[in-house]
Amino acid sequence: MRTFLDFEKPIAELEAKIDELRHMTAQSDIDIASEVKRLEQKTDKLLRQTYAKLTAWQKVQVARHPERPHGLDCIQALLAEFTSLAGDRAFSEDRAIVGGVGRFRGRSVMVIAHEKGHDMASRVRHNFGMARPEGYRKAKRLMDLAERFKLPVIAFVDTAGAYPGVDAEARGQAEAIAAAIDRGLSLSVPFVAVVIGEGGSGGAIAIAAANRVLMLEHAVYSVISPEGCASILWRSSDNAADAAEALRLTAQDLLKLGVIDGVVTEPLGGAHRDREAAFTALGNAIDAALTDLVGKDGAHLVAERRQKFLEMGRQGL
Amino acid sequence: MNWLTNYVRPKIRTLLGSTAEVPDNLWHKCPSCGAMIFHKELEANLRVCTHCGHHLRLDARRRVDLLLDPGHQSLDLPRPLVDPLKFRDTKKYTDRLKEAHAKAPDGQQDALIVAAGTCGGLPAVAAVFDFSFLGGSMGMAVGDGFVAAAEAAIAREAALIAVPASGGARMQEGILSLMQMPRSIIAVQRLREAGLPYIVLLTDPTTGGVSASFAMLGDIQIAEPGALIGFAGQRVIEETIREKLPEGFQRAEYLLDHGMVDMVVPRAELKPTIARLLTLLMRPVPQAALPAA
Repeated sequence: MRTFLDFEKPIAELEAKIDELRHMTAQSDIDIASEVKRLEQKTDKLLRQTYAKLTAWQKVQVARHPERPHGLDCIQALLAEFTSLAGDRAFSEDRAIVGGVGRFRGRSVMVIAHEKGHDMASRVRHNFGMARPEGYRKAKRLMDLAERFKLPVIAFVDTAGAYPGVDAEARGQAEAIAAAIDRGLSLSVPFVAVVIGEGGSGGAIAIAAANRVLMLEHAVYSVISPEGCASILWRSSDNAADAAEALRLTAQDLLKLGVIDGVVTEPLGGAHRDREAAFTALGNAIDAALTDLVGKDGAHLVAERRQKFLEMGRQGL
Repeated sequence: MNWLTNYVRPKIRTLLGSTAEVPDNLWHKCPSCGAMIFHKELEANLRVCTHCGHHLRLDARRRVDLLLDPGHQSLDLPRPLVDPLKFRDTKKYTDRLKEAHAKAPDGQQDALIVAAGTCGGLPAVAAVFDFSFLGGSMGMAVGDGFVAAAEAAIAREAALIAVPASGGARMQEGILSLMQMPRSIIAVQRLREAGLPYIVLLTDPTTGGVSASFAMLGDIQIAEPGALIGFAGQRVIEETIREKLPEGFQRAEYLLDHGMVDMVVPRAELKPTIARLLTLLMRPVPQAALPAA
């Protein structure tokens, strides 16, 4: 059973009707194929219309869709021989960030990804994709390893933010994030990051200070969650939709601002409606970015990455 | 304000028919111990409570005077795009900026001021946050200012002393405020490559995106007593874990105990401590010592 978002209700109703009709066809021998076809066309049109003009707040909901492909899904789909690596070698293993080595279209790479989990048990295991310092320190360790073996780094970003907890603060959440950004910025290997769902603030940039930063079409990337922003500036989280609009957190706006380098088109109705197509588009986009970067020498990659970040903000909307 | 100030005092004044104005800021109440401190006494004590030692917030300009030797000069900072997102909440961001400018000293552009000079005779650049300017929040102007401060330090072969006092990123600049985290870290990397010391003095408060970037990457991390330092806000943490926070949580001393800072130094000892550190780091052999002045 697919989860529908509030604004997808008319689509959900149409799809339910199609299902019902299909069921009937199976039982009786009345031919209602033409009616099904008509409804399918209608659904398709409605999806197209709805998704062509999603508001920022609707995008936030799509980005958080429970069936949206998460970090591990992307890894499974895009990497061969993926070998998971664990631990920060100092305190523990933080499953909010997963990573390891594998082969992306024939080439050995290091991959680092947030993982939110897909059901209650896995969400708890991965702490809903909200990392503690150990997660960022593991990411840093994996970057060190990538540097040593000259492996390109691919990061999949999908987090509501760094975990706000007493234990996380006690072990230096701020320092861990700062150090991860620092490491990413000094990598002498190609570094490509893709925001696949939610790019939540410091927890996201920790693994996204990359040479090429891409976003899936309906992903969002922001300094603060719309709810958090609304509760501070509007003094009510009811204004989350207004905040989402004001924050300019959509892939389309961020591309205009020069903060990201590319937008990866999603299948109609979002990546979760056609995962295979989404992974193919994602793989192609990463491949193109990597092809552009491999072969450049380390010093050049560092200089180019720095220059890119230093130039941000020269253009407004 | 209490009944003494808003009821008794006016009454007495009317009774006496006195016209002599008593300035409102003659006495300060210590937010920690509640003691009343005479204004001049508090200022002479660098805004440290004479009763309990609580460190009240210090104005950014006084901070520069405190850290650098006399004769330092303030640097002009780059002027980035204003309001790149055309942000508006219940108020326009440009209006919020105007209000902040009206309250700030003339010529101050945003929440960061930068000055160059010497500290204990050694070349130093100070980048100091003004918490009274939109909560010291970091947007384009602060980020550019910080990058400029690092560049000035490199050009002068000087140490950089960063003094954050900030709630974090400037939400009204959206993603561009988040991008100041990597941008400020690039500035730190350049300093590192130039072999220059980078001292961070964490003051009350240092949180959010500021703490999770340049403010935690100092060669030496110093904190002022009692300063609130952390990534997540206390209210957010309380709402997440639904329990009371431990005593002294996210205070300077807590960070020291948890290995996150090198030392907690009272305000009066900051300058000699930093000057000594700079000498140790920048003049490693006695021959290279500055000739006695």
